Amino acid sequence: MVIKSPQFHARLHRAGEAWQVFARNRLALVGLGLVLLLAVLALLAPWLAPFDPTQGELLSTRLLPPSGTHWMGTDDQGRDILSRLLWGSRITLFIVVLVAVLAAPIGLAVGTAAGFFGGWVDQLLMRLTDIFLAFPRLILALALAAALGPGIENAVLAIAITSWPPYARIARAETLSIRQADYIAAIRLAGASNRRILFGHVMPLALPSLIVRVTLDMAGIILTAAGLGFLGLGAQPPSPEWGAMIAAGRAYVLDQWWVAAGPGVAIFVVSLAFNLLGDGLRDALDPKGSD
Amino acid sequence: MMRKFAGLVASLLLTVIGLLAVTFLIGRVVPTDPALSVAGDRATAAQLAAVREDLGLNRPLYVQFGRYVAAVAQGDLGASLLTGNAVTSDIARVFPATLELATVGIVFGAAIGIPLGVWAAVRRGRLADQLVRLMGLVGYSAPIFWLGLMALALFYARLGWVGGPGRINVGFLYSVEARSGLMLLDCLLAGDWEALRSAASHLVLPGALLGYFSLAYISRMTRSFMLKELSAEYVVAARAKGLSEARIVWRHALRNAAVPLLTVVALSYAGLLEGSVLTETVFSWPGLGQYITNALQSADMNAVLGGTLVVGAVFIGINLLSDLLYRWLDPRTR
Amino acid sequence: MPLRRRHLLLSALPAVLPAVLPAHAQTPRRTLVQAMAIDDMISLDPAENFEITGSELIGNLYERLVQFDLDDPSRLSGQLAERWTVSADGRGYDFRLREGLRFASGNPLTAAEVVYSLQRAVRLNKTPAFILTQLGWSAANVAQRVRQTGPLTLSLSVREAFAPSFVLNCLSSTVASIVDQRALQARPEGWLRRNSAGSAPWVLRDWRAAEIVVLDRNEAYYGAKPRIERAIYSHVKESSMQRLMLVRGDVDVARNLSPQDITALAANPQIKLTRIAKGTVYYISLNQKNAYLARPEVREAFKWLVDYEALGTTLIQGIGRPHQNFLPHGLLGASDAAPYRLDVARAKALLAKAGLPEGFQVTMDVRSSQPVQGIAEAVQQWAGRAGIRIEILPGDGKQTLTRYRARKHDLYIGEWGADYWDPHTNADTFARNPDNSDGAAQQPLAWRNAWAIPQLTRETDAALLERDTARRAADYERLQAQFREQSPFVMIYQQQQVAAARAGVEGLRLGPTSDTTFLAPVSKR
Repeated sequence: MVIKSPQFHARLHRAGEAWQVFARNRLALVGLGLVLLLAVLALLAPWLAPFDPTQGELLSTRLLPPSGTHWMGTDDQGRDILSRLLWGSRITLFIVVLVAVLAAPIGLAVGTAAGFFGGWVDQLLMRLTDIFLAFPRLILALALAAALGPGIENAVLAIAITSWPPYARIARAETLSIRQADYIAAIRLAGASNRRILFGHVMPLALPSLIVRVTLDMAGIILTAAGLGFLGLGAQPPSPEWGAMIAAGRAYVLDQWWVAAGPGVAIFVVSLAFNLLGDGLRDALDPKGSD
Repeated sequence: MMRKFAGLVASLLLTVIGLLAVTFLIGRVVPTDPALSVAGDRATAAQLAAVREDLGLNRPLYVQFGRYVAAVAQGDLGASLLTGNAVTSDIARVFPATLELATVGIVFGAAIGIPLGVWAAVRRGRLADQLVRLMGLVGYSAPIFWLGLMALALFYARLGWVGGPGRINVGFLYSVEARSGLMLLDCLLAGDWEALRSAASHLVLPGALLGYFSLAYISRMTRSFMLKELSAEYVVAARAKGLSEARIVWRHALRNAAVPLLTVVALSYAGLLEGSVLTETVFSWPGLGQYITNALQSADMNAVLGGTLVVGAVFIGINLLSDLLYRWLDPRTR
Repeated sequence: MPLRRRHLLLSALPAVLPAVLPAHAQTPRRTLVQAMAIDDMISLDPAENFEITGSELIGNLYERLVQFDLDDPSRLSGQLAERWTVSADGRGYDFRLREGLRFASGNPLTAAEVVYSLQRAVRLNKTPAFILTQLGWSAANVAQRVRQTGPLTLSLSVREAFAPSFVLNCLSSTVASIVDQRALQARPEGWLRRNSAGSAPWVLRDWRAAEIVVLDRNEAYYGAKPRIERAIYSHVKESSMQRLMLVRGDVDVARNLSPQDITALAANPQIKLTRIAKGTVYYISLNQKNAYLARPEVREAFKWLVDYEALGTTLIQGIGRPHQNFLPHGLLGASDAAPYRLDVARAKALLAKAGLPEGFQVTMDVRSSQPVQGIAEAVQQWAGRAGIRIEILPGDGKQTLTRYRARKHDLYIGEWGADYWDPHTNADTFARNPDNSDGAAQQPLAWRNAWAIPQLTRETDAALLERDTARRAADYERLQAQFREQSPFVMIYQQQQVAAARAGVEGLRLGPTSDTTFLAPVSKR
């Protein structure tokens, strides 16, 4: 039908405008830059890391403070922390991207369907969402990780399954406000099917809020993975997953502070980056600053 | 009206049962043998089998679930597989501890987060705005157990400003009767000021930590609500009328932002209730989070179910309230 | 409204602040406060209890017929018993109790109560009952085998002519605690799980799960009363927390310190450290169901892939001593022979001999707690150098145990603590496997690793019946020599328990078993 082409142009124009607003926000650019830096570091980790992240000597290189050879010191197995951080950035990116890729679409689908169709579909989906929301998140992730077995993939799955409910709620809220809009009625009058309206119009409009929320949640996701490590599940040793490194480092916090400080600062910087990025996105996509 | 109420109750019931079903299923899927937790590693295979029979674990899953739901309907949450204590009495002991902690946390988070959020909105884009964001982000992205350990090492061990792990100094163990389970309240009721001091000093650090954690979200939400209000037409009109900026911000804008803000605070509160596990572990706080986690690791499913039910019920209740508030407020969603 | 609310909060702050600054931390006089992880407690009924914290408490709440000397555990003396005789055929034991014994309730403690307690434990047949039933007692025959012969005398008959030290040590374990029969009769079933009914210097005042245990002094104790009036165990999970509380003075003793915290506290002049070698040994075991691990060269290769000394000075420093035998030091017949050390080349040669020059892949079930996890990671590295690729499967303690007991593991890293102070306690589980089939009634550690050892089983059974002490010790040394060579167990270290106490605490002494840390001799200046 004729509707597609002008719509496409309009979207492109809007995206261009959004980018201009975004680019004017210096902090958002910093955030974007940091995220890109993370991606680059993750990619180049094998060449950047000065030592093997899984090798260490108990007798000679254990728990060394930061120095010229080991910029961030060594951990309780004698492994270089900087190298582990670099290699671990791959895992962090993996976790974060995978959870986003799994949780966001589920949340989007459930939320928009609930908001769009209303009635018993809404009730059923929202009850389902409530069930997962009401469940203590860490407990659910813990239980799932325990049931699925060790390994970072299962931990990611567990975190993803507990992460989608808030996205569903956001998507639903957005859908409810979009649904009544005039132009939706117009498209419907023109004969567009429910599916087209849902996929072609409602979802794309609900997407920005969702993206913003997902980026803001990144820190929480990484920390949930760390929490799992703290409670005994998650990445398998000797994997240099940042959360597991912090969990392991907590026993040394009082005397060998660098063991937990390294991954702690890394997580903070990445969270900051995603947070700045998310804020910038939100400000660009909806300058009035609404949720 | 009646129909709507009945519908509400029905959906509530459905959610609760769904919650129980999910928990039950998870419990059976977790690869720990609860009989092993009860009988221990020295038990023979025969003794384990006897325990399993005793605990009713050999009956089919749906039978076990059915019996459980029936019991819950009568207010009986069963007995802990591990200790044999009634789960209701266990939870009556641990829930107030978490409640107290989360309450102190949210008070701290809101009391500091809301003003900060307003400030950030008013100073949007400037240094203050970024500082508030940064401060919130540290609370949100630093691992809570790390912050907790560091805070204890500094404020407790080195400076002695606050109390350490636990809810109250061990010397006050029997001087205060546990009437409500909320230590501060019980100390007040008993009129024991020394005990109150001790309890307060033990609450400060974990409460502040939890509060710091929620502060990020609350301050950012406040900021975004305030920005929305401050760009509304009535603000322009008020400014034109010559009202002072402070009056506009505090008496008008914040007031309008108050209700959605309240739902944000309520949701944060629910989040603190369920997210206190790590804090409770670090501070040896005998609360619900620690209770559920320990029970889960021993596959003590009655305890896990009971605890999850309580947390879930509170969460659903708060959700419901905020949903109602939202609907009442925003006519577009009706 | 918002303005006033804010003002209210701000004005409340100065009032709250002084309340927040605590008085100088100090534990109450004549109360001993210990920081310890006590969340393993399930029941305080001596007939049911089998975990560590419960054992320590039962050791302080109840008394038994005999006890061993803490300075020389091979010497047994009477606690409730005044004297005893062993019959000529070695199967009869006659005990005479002391006079004037009383329970904390005031009820007299006579032979009737002793008989009742032992019979009760056997009849209930809970987990720890095996310590008594292995003497040949069962619900069917215990009435004849454990008999009262007079107001203060009783007679026990056992299945075979066991070594007397074995029988007496079994009678010194917590399951043989003497409980107050009359006090129990008035109570509902299960009452003893959460209450005490013993004759020892302490009574249970309070137990809040994963929070606190409070013992009060038994004011009606028939002997010398403790100087301390109350003993509190406060649940603190993290070692660093225990350390901070100890330094601050909020607790008098810290019991679960990690190597780093021990080192840090050793330098503190206000803190005293006491240690004891515990009857617990740590090992890595190889499931013989795995085709690679079943090869004898592979079994030996693993023993050359652990750097015992390096572990001793780093990961287990202060909390363990490298030990390569299944009998912990201090038990009769214990051996200090340590033929193995890290030798990757030798391990590789052995693997080549086994037809695995390229190494192989295998998994290890590891509990996510320290120091076990650290040791597993270190072993993973050392084994990696020989070509063995170990994949670590972390899990919670009970999860990994469930898998272990189901024989589903490849490698397992675990520990075993002595249940009573006789060498049979460990020989029984490491060197004895009467039935290796899947449905076996007995499931010792050897069984869990599918190690079929009919010959060793016979030797272990024979050593139990050897009544000459010197010959018996030699028997166990021979057993251990064979074990070192052939077994699928890599014995790593023996646990050392450390307690850190503030300078004013005196008389605190740790025992080699979990039930021999007595609080009665402790005092505070």
